[in-house]
Amino acid sequence: MSAATLAIPGKPRRRRRSPQVGGHLAMVLATVVLGAPLLWMALASLKTPEELYQVPLQWLPGVPSLDNYAQAAGAIPLGRLLLNSIGLTVVGAGLKVALGLACAYALVFLDFPFRRVVFGLVIATLMIPPQITIIPNYTLVAGLGWLNTYQGILVPGLASAFGTFLFRQHFLTLPTSILEAAELDGAGHWRRLWRFVVPMSTPTLAAVALVSVVTEWNDYLWPFLVVDDPSTMTLPVGLTLLQNTDGMSDWGVLLAATVVVTLPILLVFLILQRRLVAGLTAGAVTG
Amino acid sequence: MTTVVTPRAAGTPAAPPDRGAPPAAPPHPHRSRLGARRRRSALLWALLLAGPNVLLLLVFVYRPLLQSLYLSTLQWNLGSPVARFIGFGNYAEWLTAPTTGRVVLTTLVFTVATVGGAMVLGLGLALLLNRRLRGRGAARTVAFAPYVLSGFAVGILWLFMFDPRYGLIQELLGWVGLGSPAWYTDSPWPLVMIVVVYLWKNLGYVALIYLAGLQAVPQDLKDAAALDGASSARTLRAIVLPLLTPTTFFLLVTMMLASLQSFDIIQAMTQGGPLGSTTTLMYSIYEESFVTGRAGYASAVATVLFLVLLAVTAVQMRYVQRKVHYS
Repeated sequence: MSAATLAIPGKPRRRRRSPQVGGHLAMVLATVVLGAPLLWMALASLKTPEELYQVPLQWLPGVPSLDNYAQAAGAIPLGRLLLNSIGLTVVGAGLKVALGLACAYALVFLDFPFRRVVFGLVIATLMIPPQITIIPNYTLVAGLGWLNTYQGILVPGLASAFGTFLFRQHFLTLPTSILEAAELDGAGHWRRLWRFVVPMSTPTLAAVALVSVVTEWNDYLWPFLVVDDPSTMTLPVGLTLLQNTDGMSDWGVLLAATVVVTLPILLVFLILQRRLVAGLTAGAVTG
Repeated sequence: MTTVVTPRAAGTPAAPPDRGAPPAAPPHPHRSRLGARRRRSALLWALLLAGPNVLLLLVFVYRPLLQSLYLSTLQWNLGSPVARFIGFGNYAEWLTAPTTGRVVLTTLVFTVATVGGAMVLGLGLALLLNRRLRGRGAARTVAFAPYVLSGFAVGILWLFMFDPRYGLIQELLGWVGLGSPAWYTDSPWPLVMIVVVYLWKNLGYVALIYLAGLQAVPQDLKDAAALDGASSARTLRAIVLPLLTPTTFFLLVTMMLASLQSFDIIQAMTQGGPLGSTTTLMYSIYEESFVTGRAGYASAVATVLFLVLLAVTAVQMRYVQRKVHYS
């Protein structure tokens, strides 16, 4: 039954259908425009210089080659940087989660003097831009002899305000009766935290952990300031090094390194999308 | 009054204790010897659990905040042993410096363009992806992906996109018969370039928050409007947009805060140049402190930025209190 056979039922039907077609077209267009740069980066990293510097452009690499990656790894210690980034991200995110979890537990389940003051102190830091702390922190870290060290990169950014806030929001929704029963059974705070609170908080744990992973991995300004030695450098800072040494001369090499910086976090995002997005957009829900 | 045993201490789980934010006054533990011991143990645990985080915040956020305010009154270069107290001298210098006007204007243009652009395009994208279209899940994934990527890496990737000789953008412009502008060198193109990249990176976030807002718009309101013969444009204007006001406001503030603090993309693409045409307030702080090394002066500029951010946040706080009427 084609739409053209019956004029009257055909009309509203077409009206209902055409915006769907238009919608799909718009959606495909938006997806292509937004997705193209990432695809273009990946393709370019596999092209030879001849294929890259060609007018009109060559869309696909003839024979995909990993030469650019090898060259990037020759110009900067890419493997070392990758290990540094992974290590700092895992340790940093882990400590951040632990600090936030412990602090929020104290704020919600413990009764101690100046509890409100402590809470206010933690939350207010969300409003303090890191920029204003950079010069004094830099002088402190330099004074401690922590330039070009892992602890120099890690420690100043370790305190958890956002995580504490999210954990606290979640803890406030937990049923008190369970914790009170546990207390009556003689479970101490340590046990209550690990056996009761943590198992009831896995979504929040995942959200805080993933957001921390993303921010630690991508962090740029601070590691850029405190590190100039490739042996402790992180990947994004290493990209600067490559940009400075190779200039604009070799896009293929620079883009291969860019893939190495972006791909791991992209994979984390694709695999754990729901939890990660929940964490990154949590501020909007909680106000 | 002092001996009243609170419901919670008496162990009546039927009455849910009010634990809403901000932390309600904790039930006063009875003043028995047992209570005293419990209080001491709670304090000990609090020190153990909250102590490390609070200590880190004091050392790496509050101490530098105060020290930065102090540094802003000094004539002092990074690493120099000599510092001279000059009161508000740095602020006065900033206000009268020949570059300040341009930096403020650049910051203003960048912020308005990125925030405005992200809001409008993000809402459009959200409206599109809110429709029951096949494959919209994949589209959402693609739109959100840039938000999780390193700003510096994204900057490098887009420098290649914009390459006036071998970039994808000059090729596309060529299709419609246009030549490539000198993206890297001719003002205002470098600024345009940074704005485009910033939009691309943050669009998905705005769209996602708007999508959440759109899903909270009651369907029966839209149905009623449709029954009354309202066009979809009219429904959007008269019903959907007003109901989205809290979302819009939240995004406006968050995006403004983020935009005013952006650094990575500028550092990767233009380093504030050419001729300072992409130097924002944030970027000038970095330049003054770590390139020219004038840390005292840079601290004053940082204080200015801090005050701006604080003002934006204060507006939000006032609004959030009024929002109660809305929902």
